[in-house]
Amino acid sequence: MTIRDIIEILGGRVLVNSGDLDAEVPRGGAADLMSDVLAFGTDGMVLMTGLTNPQVVRTADMAGVNVVVFVRDKTPPSETIEAAQESGITLISTGYTMYEACGRLFQSGLPGRGPVKIEDDFS
Amino acid sequence: MAEHDISKVEELLYTMKVEDVMAGDTIVVDPELSMAEVKHLMDTKQITGVPVVQGDRMVGIVSISDVIDALEKGLLLRPVKELMTTDVKSVTRDTSVIELVKNLGRRGFGRLPVLNGEGKVIGIVTTGTLLRSLLTQMEMSYQKKEQEKLQRYRASHIFEDISSDDTSIVLRYIVDDKDFTNAGKASTMIKKSLQRLGAQPPLVRRVAVAVYEAEMNLVIHTDVGGEILVTIRSDRLQIATVDHGPGIENLDQVLQPGYSTAPEWIRQMGFGAGMGLANIKRCSDVMRLMSEPGAGTRLDILFLFGPGGLSGAGGVRKKS
Repeated sequence: MTIRDIIEILGGRVLVNSGDLDAEVPRGGAADLMSDVLAFGTDGMVLMTGLTNPQVVRTADMAGVNVVVFVRDKTPPSETIEAAQESGITLISTGYTMYEACGRLFQSGLPGRGPVKIEDDFS
Repeated sequence: MAEHDISKVEELLYTMKVEDVMAGDTIVVDPELSMAEVKHLMDTKQITGVPVVQGDRMVGIVSISDVIDALEKGLLLRPVKELMTTDVKSVTRDTSVIELVKNLGRRGFGRLPVLNGEGKVIGIVTTGTLLRSLLTQMEMSYQKKEQEKLQRYRASHIFEDISSDDTSIVLRYIVDDKDFTNAGKASTMIKKSLQRLGAQPPLVRRVAVAVYEAEMNLVIHTDVGGEILVTIRSDRLQIATVDHGPGIENLDQVLQPGYSTAPEWIRQMGFGAGMGLANIKRCSDVMRLMSEPGAGTRLDILFLFGPGGLSGAGGVRKKS
């Protein structure tokens, strides 16, 4: 699934496009807990979240996440936009709730991580 | 044009706004001005169209084709208000460029005035201003990429270029407490530096996650901030975060996943779940936490590189 497919499936709006919209996204995840993002983030992944503060982008960047989707049509503050432009992360906003955004992507074939234990090592 | 360039243009169309591509300081004219005066203005200012403004509101637009029309019909002495186009399409400062492109050039709209909420003209967009802005952006993005390539090339050779028995690079970052706007910036810089030094993505991510958790701890839990020291050697990378904050009473307790003393406002931002130290431990090869109430805290995190050093495939991993 490409970033372009994700935008289409979620009826999303591109807030920041930091790269190639045809880049492949290997898997997805969702969290409002930044520690969770750091625990399960993998390279190139898409993250669904309800938080819009700039730390979401920095956390995503550290975890290797390439695309962040803000659910429920949230628009992030300008600091978040700037952080994404600096670190090369694509930001998308969708009207769907977290549950439905995830459901639609999963149904369209985008996998998650499978069961994750706290001591698991993903690197 | 290469495929890559096309996607860059597309990206710019999607992400830029009218304010990025408009010309400000727009020349406007009064509705009572004669067409002859407008013609003179267009000649001297080298423009092909101009918004007509009464008071602070735009009432129409007059273009060079209106002037030619007036010239042909002998109406050059008539006021602008009688010959201007009143059905004017306009855009706002935050209209997206992709939306703009749909309207610009269509149905004779060679230029679109940019209005603010009160209907005042704050700028104008033409295909010319749009093209110029796009080209400038493309040029900037190209230069940025070339610059990054050069910096990467230089930095990745540092261990070969500097001769000594044991070269190490020490990076030092100051972290302020409770400064949430800047929280994570040190980690961002460390990540970038490692990439420039030629570290492979898996190692970069392990270090980035660990140092980010440690930086957030300094921001959230100290009342004085602290510093992060990164020491990079040919076979290992060591991070030390040091603060002179309140210290930790029970070290065993803070190492328990899920234990947290973070206040509510921190939790609302998605932090303070008590997973920080567990995450650091998981990502690193060795982690050591030293603290005493009233005497500050020091956290040492060690990453060992495998064969190939920093730029090797990912390093030696401890057995978990």
